[in-house]
Amino acid sequence: MQLVAENLTLERGARRIANGVSFVLESGTALLLTGPNGSGKSTLLRALAGYLRPSEGTVKVRGENGAFEGSSESGEVAEVCHFVGHLDGIKTHLTVKENLAFWATYLAGPADAKQSTAHRVEDALEQFALDALAEIPAGYLSAGQKRRLGLARLAVAKRPIWLLDEPTVSLDVASVKVLTDAIDAHLKAGGMAVIATHLPMELASVRSMQLGRAQVPA
Amino acid sequence: MSAFLALLSRDLRLAVRQGGALGTALGFYMLVVTLLPLGLGADLNLLSRIAPGVLWIALLLAALLSLGRVFSSDYEDGTLDVLATGRLPMELVVGAKALAHWISTGIPLALMAPVLGLLLNLELSAYPLLFGTMLAGTPAISFIGAVGAALTLRAYRGGLLIALLVLPLYVPTLIFGMAAINGLLGASGTMSAFLILIALSLASVVLCPLAAAAALRLQMQ
Amino acid sequence: MQQGYLLASAGLPVVHLRFSAQPLRSFSMTQTLTQRLANPTRFMELSASVLPWVAGAAALVIGYGLYLSFFVAPPDYLQGETARIMFIHVPCAWLSMAVYAIIAMSSFGLLVFRHPLADVSAKAAVPLGAAFTFLALVTGSLWGRPTWGTYWVWDARLTSVLILFFLYLGLMALRSSIEDEALASKLTAILALVGIVMLPIIKFSVNFGNTLHQPASVIRAGGPTIDTALLVPLLVMAVGFTLMFVAMHLKAMRNEIMRRRVKALQLAEVERAQASQLAAAE
Repeated sequence: MQLVAENLTLERGARRIANGVSFVLESGTALLLTGPNGSGKSTLLRALAGYLRPSEGTVKVRGENGAFEGSSESGEVAEVCHFVGHLDGIKTHLTVKENLAFWATYLAGPADAKQSTAHRVEDALEQFALDALAEIPAGYLSAGQKRRLGLARLAVAKRPIWLLDEPTVSLDVASVKVLTDAIDAHLKAGGMAVIATHLPMELASVRSMQLGRAQVPA
Repeated sequence: MSAFLALLSRDLRLAVRQGGALGTALGFYMLVVTLLPLGLGADLNLLSRIAPGVLWIALLLAALLSLGRVFSSDYEDGTLDVLATGRLPMELVVGAKALAHWISTGIPLALMAPVLGLLLNLELSAYPLLFGTMLAGTPAISFIGAVGAALTLRAYRGGLLIALLVLPLYVPTLIFGMAAINGLLGASGTMSAFLILIALSLASVVLCPLAAAAALRLQMQ
Repeated sequence: MQQGYLLASAGLPVVHLRFSAQPLRSFSMTQTLTQRLANPTRFMELSASVLPWVAGAAALVIGYGLYLSFFVAPPDYLQGETARIMFIHVPCAWLSMAVYAIIAMSSFGLLVFRHPLADVSAKAAVPLGAAFTFLALVTGSLWGRPTWGTYWVWDARLTSVLILFFLYLGLMALRSSIEDEALASKLTAILALVGIVMLPIIKFSVNFGNTLHQPASVIRAGGPTIDTALLVPLLVMAVGFTLMFVAMHLKAMRNEIMRRRVKALQLAEVERAQASQLAAAE
């Protein structure tokens, strides 16, 4: 499987954020997006997920033999990706487990049919060291714990593409390790990840792309 | 389908847990109905004559009050982004959320109306009709309101704006709701307005999610 | 910098950039009239030459219409001189609906075809439509006082025009409360389309409620039967008002395009200042 971005030009309001960004991401690799604040890392991730319609260029998913499988315009890329942005997408009035159980049902695809929802939730709780907190309302969690809960969404449904925006923010060293292990396992299983980050991340198979500061529309 | 039900039950569960929204809407409903006799004078004949209209208008206002949060809480905490990566089309996300609003706010308000009817000296025979027509009309209120909530998601002065956008669109619901009660109460007992009210609700359930989903997609960029 | 580009960068999708940055190609015969008009630069040229003629024609026709209304048309045998307000009232009422239709069409053009001018047209038309609707309400109510004995009657027609006025206000309020102009345009367009779907339903419901509450009311649905002596001035005024609207709409569109160009220039200025500051720092 391949995630292909072709000649993406992105704009927000009147500002041009990215100009002619292209890359091909193969199964089993991660792409680190680096660059200063305002260089368009988040915007690029939002375009990959299909929230932001590029003013030019396309985002596509290709199958094993290079066959076209879907484009972001028609929402097909969104359906095969996990998006974890700056906000964790947590409901503070639900318990940790209820939060995950909702996403496990909501995001489930054919690949998840083998395991029951409860099973997937248990696995995710364990993997992100949240099992002790399972029955606690998410509103009581610390910032780092909330972040881990947001990231645990990655484990409740199998999706080949992970789009992560500054995933290590407010995580301690041990939690960063948990996250990098999860990403490595995902890559080893043939997945892909695009990660916007300030800090270098130690991953098994990684490429990085430096984004410049926003281009002046001239 | 399971994603739709999961979203619906999550929203209902949140409505129960948070509680405040429904309590505020019911309290507001009661207060408006209490203020009207104070302003109009406590002539029981007058009150019983205008009771259905008062109860309908107050219900519209109370429902409006709770609509502002339908999408904004999910937008602010990042949930909407993740909902958009689901297999459920955005139209059905809107549908599930509007349905949850109807169940958690529309139905309780409709249930409350006959109780408030006591304050307005409403004839006892009118109670089932009042409740029935409100049950038939409130889906339109939730679904048309969802369009307003979606359009004002990123607007400043959201609360007042949503009232300005949505209240004119509530005119048909109000008129047919009233006409349904009058038609059924009247000597001829005509059903036509009641049937039109149901048609209006069904049409809103089908059409409003299209507009609301388009508005939400534009604002997630 | 190309003028067409400025419009595109002022918040319209850049798909048009390629289209509008090549004014030469827009003269080719393969393009339709609307496509040619959709080019902002071309529109500015065209509207500049058309506008004085439309405005002049509007002034002449309205002048002639006013002459007919006041000196030629006979006073109504029931209502006397007051019926003459009809010559202002009816064109305003007609425009209140026609302008909403134009807004809805422009909104459709923006959302579906992404015409760069469709949004300019919709935005420029809303305050004009609101003004004509307001005038229709005021003149109607002034006419109602001597005729019906009251300034306002909850007649089906008046009520639906009043709600139309609220829809106009909603369009203006929504646009003004969203910071991002491109987003505001599209959301307002959605609201305009929701409005055009709802309008017939509102109209139907108001008629329904009305016949239910007051059958055989004071006002006859068709108004007074119109004699040709009254009809001719009325039609002349309607044509004059429509021309006036076209002139005002063109002028408002030109203003909006120029405002966007100024904004784009200012934004470019900000970017350039930022770039040179960074270059100096390095």
